[in-house]
Amino acid sequence: MTAVELGQPSFGGGLDLVPTTDEPQKAKDYTSDQEVRWCPGCGDYAVLASVRSFLPELGLKRENIVFVSGIGCSSRFPYYLDTYGMHSIHGRAPTIATGLAVTRPDLSVWVVTGDGDALSIGGNHLIHALRRNMNITILLFNNRIYGLTKGQYSPTSETGKVTKSTPMGSIDAPFNPVSLALGAEATFVGRALDSDRKGLTEVLRQAAAHRGASLVEIFQDCPIFNDGSFDVLRKGDDVAERLIKLVDGEPITFGNDNEYGVVRSASGGLEVAEVADVGQDAVVVHRAGEEDPTQSFALSRLSDQDLTHTVTGIFRKVDRPTYDDGARAQVTAATEQAQQRGDDLQALLSGKDTWAVLPEPENEQ
Amino acid sequence: MSTDAAVGPAGREVRQTHRVVIRFAGDSGDGMQLTGDRFTSEAAAFGNDLATLPNFPAEIRAPAGTLPGVSSFQLHFADYDILTPGDRPDVLVAMNPAALKANLEDLPHGGILIVNTDEFTKRNLAKVGYESNPLEDDSLEPYTTHQVAMATLTRGALEPTGMSKKDAERAKNMFALGLLSWMYHRGTEGTEQFLREKFAKKPDLAEANILAFRAGWNYGETTESFAVTYEVAPARLAEGTYRQITGNLALAYGVVAAGQQAKLPVFLGTYPITPASDVLHELSKHKGMGVTTFQAEDEIAGIGAALGASFGGALGVTSTSGPGVALKSETIGLAVALELPLLILDVQRGGPSTGLPTKTEQADLLQAMYGRNGEAPVPIIAPQSPADCFDAALDAVRMALTYRTPVFLLSDGAIANGSEPWRIPDVETLPDLSVPFATEANAPDGSGEFWPYLRDADTLARPWAIPGTAGLEHRIGGLEKADGRGTISYDPDNHDRMVRLRQAKIDGIEVPDLTVDDPTGDAEVLVIGWGSSFGPIGAACRRVRAAGMSVAQAHLRHLNPLPRNVGDVLRSYRRVIVPEMNLGQLAMLLRAKFLVDAHSYTKVAGLPFQAEELAGVLTDAVKGDLPA
Repeated sequence: MTAVELGQPSFGGGLDLVPTTDEPQKAKDYTSDQEVRWCPGCGDYAVLASVRSFLPELGLKRENIVFVSGIGCSSRFPYYLDTYGMHSIHGRAPTIATGLAVTRPDLSVWVVTGDGDALSIGGNHLIHALRRNMNITILLFNNRIYGLTKGQYSPTSETGKVTKSTPMGSIDAPFNPVSLALGAEATFVGRALDSDRKGLTEVLRQAAAHRGASLVEIFQDCPIFNDGSFDVLRKGDDVAERLIKLVDGEPITFGNDNEYGVVRSASGGLEVAEVADVGQDAVVVHRAGEEDPTQSFALSRLSDQDLTHTVTGIFRKVDRPTYDDGARAQVTAATEQAQQRGDDLQALLSGKDTWAVLPEPENEQ
Repeated sequence: MSTDAAVGPAGREVRQTHRVVIRFAGDSGDGMQLTGDRFTSEAAAFGNDLATLPNFPAEIRAPAGTLPGVSSFQLHFADYDILTPGDRPDVLVAMNPAALKANLEDLPHGGILIVNTDEFTKRNLAKVGYESNPLEDDSLEPYTTHQVAMATLTRGALEPTGMSKKDAERAKNMFALGLLSWMYHRGTEGTEQFLREKFAKKPDLAEANILAFRAGWNYGETTESFAVTYEVAPARLAEGTYRQITGNLALAYGVVAAGQQAKLPVFLGTYPITPASDVLHELSKHKGMGVTTFQAEDEIAGIGAALGASFGGALGVTSTSGPGVALKSETIGLAVALELPLLILDVQRGGPSTGLPTKTEQADLLQAMYGRNGEAPVPIIAPQSPADCFDAALDAVRMALTYRTPVFLLSDGAIANGSEPWRIPDVETLPDLSVPFATEANAPDGSGEFWPYLRDADTLARPWAIPGTAGLEHRIGGLEKADGRGTISYDPDNHDRMVRLRQAKIDGIEVPDLTVDDPTGDAEVLVIGWGSSFGPIGAACRRVRAAGMSVAQAHLRHLNPLPRNVGDVLRSYRRVIVPEMNLGQLAMLLRAKFLVDAHSYTKVAGLPFQAEELAGVLTDAVKGDLPA
């Protein structure tokens, strides 16, 4: 059998079919009446504040925005936003978002998840949502620990990490969420730090505008069970030497005076060098829109869990048909054909092969 | 076969008979399902009442000629309304030694046996442990045996096509069909037309199959070995237009119709699983009727997407079998907490675990009833026959939409793949299933807020407020919610109230009273079943009554909630028998709920009950001898 051709796919923006409003909106409009119950100092507060102040910028009708979450500390997020929301079950938020995105193109659908929710119990759903390129935006809060269950190691915890469930140190190898997403054929992958409101907002802005699945990894601090896990990226003298902020179309340099650059390594990947040693021309230029994900993948591998060189910004942003647009196009095409043929429910039920049973003759003894 | 004899024009005897059971049995690769299906279509087109029982292994192609590879198709057709595919065949067609060995014990002495002799080689006989060739020893003496070299004859008929011997032999199932079609006075045009359409892109193959089919027909007509042919007159069913339908097809049509009648898009989120996959296959053809199908990465994603679609205002549906239900359980619990409509189609199969994927069982009742954490009541509906799956689907959707709840529909392998005539409904007579979405704030305090868990006084259903509705923005989830307002609540009294409210909502669902069939009105024994056992139980009751005894029959379509009068019905009989294809799940519920001494009769053999065995159980019960 051959597929039914439905014409060239058109790549629009992620929110093209979502109704907008001219009414000015403020962060307060997106604040629900629920008291926020995260621990004091939790990185989730910063992300919530960024999202609340970013959403008005989209100018969407508030009732057309839906946040779906799984289980975990971050998954309480929808309760604190005055949009439609669902706090679902562990790991399954992408599945619920999938049904919603396919049936309701007029909605802006967001998934809020954590490292345990998305990468452990929900790993299967995450990779398939990315592969299908569902038109949803996934915010993956990565604090490298299980918070809500009180401090067990997570699938992003460092090997050797001592936690309540690993008193002799974790022997698990961690996932690199950006590498995983790229391997799962994600069309948009970004990363930001919870405390970097400007950087986070920029990634959110582009993620929302992307038609297709957007994965945004947000490094986020759990002050109770994994305090200070990302501090090396926030304070100290060498922050500039650790943090690499991607700018599309620009050479990838960093350091207080951009003295470091990312260059090709002998093994075929990428590595860090001093620009003075290798020359400006050797520094690779970031291209988020490159079809081939090789360079983006190499960027995600620049640093181990020790955060020596941590890349933030948008790793990849390419156009590919979305599952939900395709599903709707098939329904539309089939509906038009059915109308042209005059198909209806009665015709369907009757089918082709029927026989009639006539009334029995009366008074026949 | 009850028969009236006459002499036909060719001098050959034509017997009028009221009912016949034919079983085609062969290797998985022999095309027995197609052969049976085709004969069924001819019987349907002729106007017989019919019921079928396909029986095939889970392996797609087990090693050829072995017992695990045997596939069979049993067809019962009659000139009156019948209830089952028949206990035992009157005619057994055995295409190889394995098929003979696996099926012969079901053939009553005196039955007709048609054997394809070409496969009875030393090697094939050894494969299935025949020490001597049954065609040559006296083991087939009790039967009216016809030895036909079907492969050789087919090969001969196809010689002019120039086809290879091996390819030609593959059409031997059509030879068998031709022979049986001749024996039972069936037309040839329908099958020939069917073959032309089926192989439209390979006209050579169509012609080859037609040649084989005709060769089988002519073989009956010209050889002397078949002295008798049989006629089964059309059945006098209720007036109307009929078609043949399987349970899975009726289920799919029911879902399409429910979407239309509810004026909602249908979203099926599912994962392939035997024996439910045909529901997905069928629904995926009806995108033009507003149906979206989503083949998810797993069972959990299937139901998750369906629930997401329901949240967005579509009719969310998921289809599966027992192992899939186990995986979906947590999401069903979420749907109970969210109080959103959701249809769960469970086509039951033999369990536990992978169990018997292609065989039937009704052992998921307690799983559907209780298989979730916490108090999570879900309505359960069970169709009683293939055609009944259509009405059951509409009924299930009515409940899901009206009461905003997940609903279980428990079909099973026997009715999913079995077929019968279906009186095609006039869509004008189908019920309107539409329900309104919430559009306005509803807070009783006049605050202008929207309370997502403020219930309808009659149904106890909460409002269905879908995203995109201004002013009704709200958050729902699996955490316990405050009664009315719907915000998270850990209040002990509130939780107690919400648990009871959710239960009361399901308990209060309107279902029709249970009706009892007790023609003489003096029965002391009541037999009560549920789901696909309706046919065998009904046929057993007929036999018992025909023998002059009284027995009352009741059949439960609604397992949760049970009809209001079930307790009264049970208590008005001295003895209650509950036959089930499990170890007594309904009996346990009835005993627990009504404190009646209901007696289980159970069998879990992967096949439907036989009318004969149930008639024996009921006869014993009438005489006061209850099943242990």
